[in-house]
Amino acid sequence: MAKEDAVHAEGLVKEFGDVKALDGLDLVVPRGKVVGLLGPNGSGKTTTVRILATLLKPTKGVAYVNGFNVEKQSDQVRHSIGLTGQYAAVDEFLTGRENLRMFGDLYHLAPTYVKDRSEELLEWFDLSEAADRPAKTYSGGMRRRLDLASSLIAKPSILFLDEPTTGLDPRSRLGLWGVIESLVAEGTTVLLTTQYLEEADKLADDIIVIDHGRVIAHGSAEALKDQIGGDRIEVRVADIDRVRDAQVVLGPVFGGESLINESLVSGPVSGGSTVLVDVVRLLDSQNIAIADLALRRPTLDDVFLSLTGHSAEDEAIDKPAGRSKKGRKQS
Amino acid sequence: MSQVKTLSTSVPIAMSRPLLGWTVHDSIVIARSTILASFRIPEALFFQLIQPVIFVLLFAYVFGGAIPIPGADPGSAADSSLYRQYLMPGIFGQTVAFAAAASTVGLAEAMQKGIIDRYKALPMSQSAALIGNTLANALRQILVLTVLSITGYIVGWRISDGILNAIYAYLLLLLFAYTVTWVGAFVGLSVPNTETANTAGLIWIFPLTFLSNAFVPIDSLPGVLKVFAAYNPVSSLVLATRELFGNPTGYAPGADPGFWSLQYPIAYTIISCTVVIAISAPLAIRKYRSVSRR
Repeated sequence: MAKEDAVHAEGLVKEFGDVKALDGLDLVVPRGKVVGLLGPNGSGKTTTVRILATLLKPTKGVAYVNGFNVEKQSDQVRHSIGLTGQYAAVDEFLTGRENLRMFGDLYHLAPTYVKDRSEELLEWFDLSEAADRPAKTYSGGMRRRLDLASSLIAKPSILFLDEPTTGLDPRSRLGLWGVIESLVAEGTTVLLTTQYLEEADKLADDIIVIDHGRVIAHGSAEALKDQIGGDRIEVRVADIDRVRDAQVVLGPVFGGESLINESLVSGPVSGGSTVLVDVVRLLDSQNIAIADLALRRPTLDDVFLSLTGHSAEDEAIDKPAGRSKKGRKQS
Repeated sequence: MSQVKTLSTSVPIAMSRPLLGWTVHDSIVIARSTILASFRIPEALFFQLIQPVIFVLLFAYVFGGAIPIPGADPGSAADSSLYRQYLMPGIFGQTVAFAAAASTVGLAEAMQKGIIDRYKALPMSQSAALIGNTLANALRQILVLTVLSITGYIVGWRISDGILNAIYAYLLLLLFAYTVTWVGAFVGLSVPNTETANTAGLIWIFPLTFLSNAFVPIDSLPGVLKVFAAYNPVSSLVLATRELFGNPTGYAPGADPGFWSLQYPIAYTIISCTVVIAISAPLAIRKYRSVSRR
């Protein structure tokens, strides 16, 4: 049973000294599906991928990839997988073409096959023109594409993408999503880790939310969003003294707990953009002036707030600075 | 990016197992890539070639006259030429010892950038990444030794004991380079980051090369240092190459150096290199298996 799935892991525990990175994680990726592993930094996403890619041994638990035991049959596992990490791991002094040749040779593929496949991948990833330039001269998005191309040289049936778009500009991110969607359409199984709900939502059939090395929620993007209450509305009032009035008057609109952060009221809503009309009407009826109004998709932070009661940002160890803290939960 | 084309779905064609096995094949692939990459870093290549040349000029023209070589007439023109004959094998020895630096820095960088993680997720031989890297860095010394030999020739250094012995000397130098690259590989995998690799990771090379007979006869050294220098493989390597190139050895003809390692410098060099590789290569490979970015 465990061997039929592309990835099947049970009770994975990984300890680094006193730190428990994984604490009994179960994971199933059915063949041909995309599963998104969603969680903040330090939640155990990367550790999970590293165990499945044979880079780390679990302290406890078993994992099968393509039906092979990751500890006992690591060579067969390595033949089945492609791994692209958040750090574009290509040799920056080699050209795009040379990188692909090197990885093809290291997969023990026939030289003529490597040559044809490299050309095909370079073209497919829009790298043909840059193929003879050292990777050092590539943009972040190009490097990431070369990295992904290197993972695909042996046509792995299972692809591990560890935060594939972290650090990319929005345009490169969209480009990479397109590539991943095409691969999936051709039947590649993908396990994707991400910090962005939007990314998991866009790409994954199934989302597994992890925190502190454990699965805390599991389901389709839709099911997960229903669980956390769908879209959120954010209203910034012009007069900070009226913020409580605004929260009260908007009570009927909110489908769950609402938050106050300075002059900002936010809460989950359902009904899409028509709800905006209600919000404006309700606030206007009480003469509460609006400074800013937005309907936004739930973020990872909302998922965490709703599932764990704590903010994802609080967990982040090495998140880039400059992102605003969300409001405290109101009791 | 909008893909209209789909990727071919033909099954990948595997290579048949090479005669010498996958470890040799994979090591050659890594060595080829490492050498190719090294030519793309002109600053590093330039530095690696220029530094020993500067040493030659510095010692030949600045310090040369102040260091007496037994068997020469102090202060005379002949003595200064003799010192250059004495000096060149010392520079060769020092230069090949620094081959370790390329492995230390290269592997620390590869680890930090995640390339080693990628290698480890490939179905390749797990020792090939290190065998290939050390081989490439040792082979690169052929170029460095060629440039140095030409510089030496210009300042008056000569091969005076036949071409066969000279080839033997160059092979000993390459064996030594290959030995220290394994130590360098172990150090590079043990340091936490590239900055440390560039500083603390290279510090051991300095006493290794300067506490030797590379630039001065070791008889001038005080007690303990003299014993260290005598058993330092750099000393036996330099003495062996001096003998093989037919250059002055720093000992009067027939004089006993007083240490076994210097009485049989060729044998001692080969033995110590073999022992060091036998210890450092398995240590480096074991380290390679256990390291990861996080």
